[in-house]
Amino acid sequence: MMRNLLSMQVEVRPGFEPLAADYFKDKEEQAGTEEIGFWKASWRRLRENKIAMAALFVILAIVIFAVVGPMIVPYAYDQQVRGDENLAPCLRHPFGTDRLGRDLLVRCMIGSRISLTVGVVSAVIVLVIGSIYGAISGLAGGKTDTIMMRIVDIFYSVPEILLIVVIKLVIDKPLDNLVQSVAFFHPLQKIGSGLIAIFIVYGCLYWVGMARIVRGQVLQLKEMEYVTASRALGASKGWLIREHLLPNCIGQIIATVMLQIPSAIFTEAFLSFLGIGVSAPMASLGSLTSDALGSISVTPYRMAFPAALISLIILAFNLFGDGLRDALDPKMEEC
Amino acid sequence: MELFRKIAKRAFLAVFSLFVIVTVTFFLMNLVPGGPFVTEKAPKAAQVALKAKYGLDKPVYIQYFRYIGALLHGDMGISYVLQKGRGITGIVTQSFLVSLQLGLKALVVAILVGIPAGCIAGLWKDKAPDGVVRVVSAIGISVPGYVIAAVLMAVLSVQLKILPTSYNRPGGSVMPIIVLALYPACYLSRLTRASILEVLNQDYLRTERAKGMNEFVVIFIHALKNSLIPIITYLGPLTAAVLTGGFVAESVFNVPGLGRYFVSAIGARDYTLIMGTTIFYAALIIAMNLVCDILYQIVDPRIKLD
Repeated sequence: MMRNLLSMQVEVRPGFEPLAADYFKDKEEQAGTEEIGFWKASWRRLRENKIAMAALFVILAIVIFAVVGPMIVPYAYDQQVRGDENLAPCLRHPFGTDRLGRDLLVRCMIGSRISLTVGVVSAVIVLVIGSIYGAISGLAGGKTDTIMMRIVDIFYSVPEILLIVVIKLVIDKPLDNLVQSVAFFHPLQKIGSGLIAIFIVYGCLYWVGMARIVRGQVLQLKEMEYVTASRALGASKGWLIREHLLPNCIGQIIATVMLQIPSAIFTEAFLSFLGIGVSAPMASLGSLTSDALGSISVTPYRMAFPAALISLIILAFNLFGDGLRDALDPKMEEC
Repeated sequence: MELFRKIAKRAFLAVFSLFVIVTVTFFLMNLVPGGPFVTEKAPKAAQVALKAKYGLDKPVYIQYFRYIGALLHGDMGISYVLQKGRGITGIVTQSFLVSLQLGLKALVVAILVGIPAGCIAGLWKDKAPDGVVRVVSAIGISVPGYVIAAVLMAVLSVQLKILPTSYNRPGGSVMPIIVLALYPACYLSRLTRASILEVLNQDYLRTERAKGMNEFVVIFIHALKNSLIPIITYLGPLTAAVLTGGFVAESVFNVPGLGRYFVSAIGARDYTLIMGTTIFYAALIIAMNLVCDILYQIVDPRIKLD
């Protein structure tokens, strides 16, 4: 079924196939160099891609900004500095302050941290659910596979933005109660239940793209001789998945995960824009931008910094993900 | 015959998806804390009476069967909160017409900008125009819609004062159209570029050149025509996406369209309105996807509906 075009589900490209066993060897023999492995070859291709490398440096810079930054700035993200309300960017507050006197630089740093966390954790959730589901479906085959893929089809055709909003609203309160009341979940209080809800929502809806990709790979791989041989020698299904199938689709999987990150950040920003993202006083780049939207005619800089940051993060991850995909899977190059 | 069987299967799946969405949304919506009448200042007794009046005091599954029953007769109920007492069908139709007007204009803009830009990028691969198109489209896909909206508002309305911020004034639809059209335009240009590059590598073009065919004919008659086929089939879901993708643009610019209604209906727990907008959106998207799948099959029989 066709993907809902503007949905942020990861695109499944038709026609990928595993590399031939001698794919890298041929190239190296032509070049007359020593034999290099998959990772080294990919890294070489990636390094040649200037755009991807630039994007990687931007990502690293933003990670440092988000992780180390708040330790250097003398304010806390929820600290209201008396007498410093509504300041324009100045020496003491390079990004200015909001109407409660909170330093916007440190809030942007924390916001980037939240946005990056949302991106990475959501992508990992998608990775785990999607690859397990896809591998099982592909391995099992037959009726099981058909049913499992029909379920995926339904998820794929759903206008997910609608469901995201509804699910988020549903699980917010119960999740909050759970985190507050059960001792086991107390450590999660610091993260905030709003954020956890975003992870769950995202994981619930976006694993299907990953599941399709992994299943496609597994279907092709499982017909290969070495898998048949392994099965003939009595290998269990679990062993097949762990030792043969997952390692062989790892390139595809990594590239997909990389492209999942900006999409998750996008989703979080959208939820924050609707006012159902992270809960105050926590800040995400999405909530900072939407807070600033009301007073954009008076204080445009409050909008400018977080908006520029979030765009930069998404752009960098998109470009790096594209580059990574080309590097890990040269056969699938986007022309 | 084979084709019809496949199409029937697809159509069945589409209807089933829609049913699943309706069911899931209904139960999820009822799980959301709060209700349509909780926020009113009316005393407890009046709230209970209101709930009883609309049948909201019954167990959820009974409400569900009632709703489905009415829905099958084409009755979507009446709004509880936002437009009290008005029929949902009327609200959805009216606000959708607003979204439709805006969406179609945005679609035309996206096509007129995106496809030529993609053609230029593809034909001048790795030259300056290609670079420009690729950079712009990468940015256009990465920047969230409301950021674009805010930047446009800050520059065009606040600083330069050439466009009004409100949708109702003359020229008020320009900015929402830009916001709506940007993502599809960028997406289309990337798609067109990839498609053109693929066609340019095909053997039949080389054969034509070898036969001494005029380069103009090769590019415009043979290459472009063939590379636009996959793009035309993308226009189905694209239309649905633009028509329904107005949440952000409509909220920021205060357009009285369907997207804004959906957002405010959830906030107000206006159950029937939430259901109405969701069903409408979902049906539109699913139908467009279905049409697109079928169109694809007809335009290019090599592609299989798996």
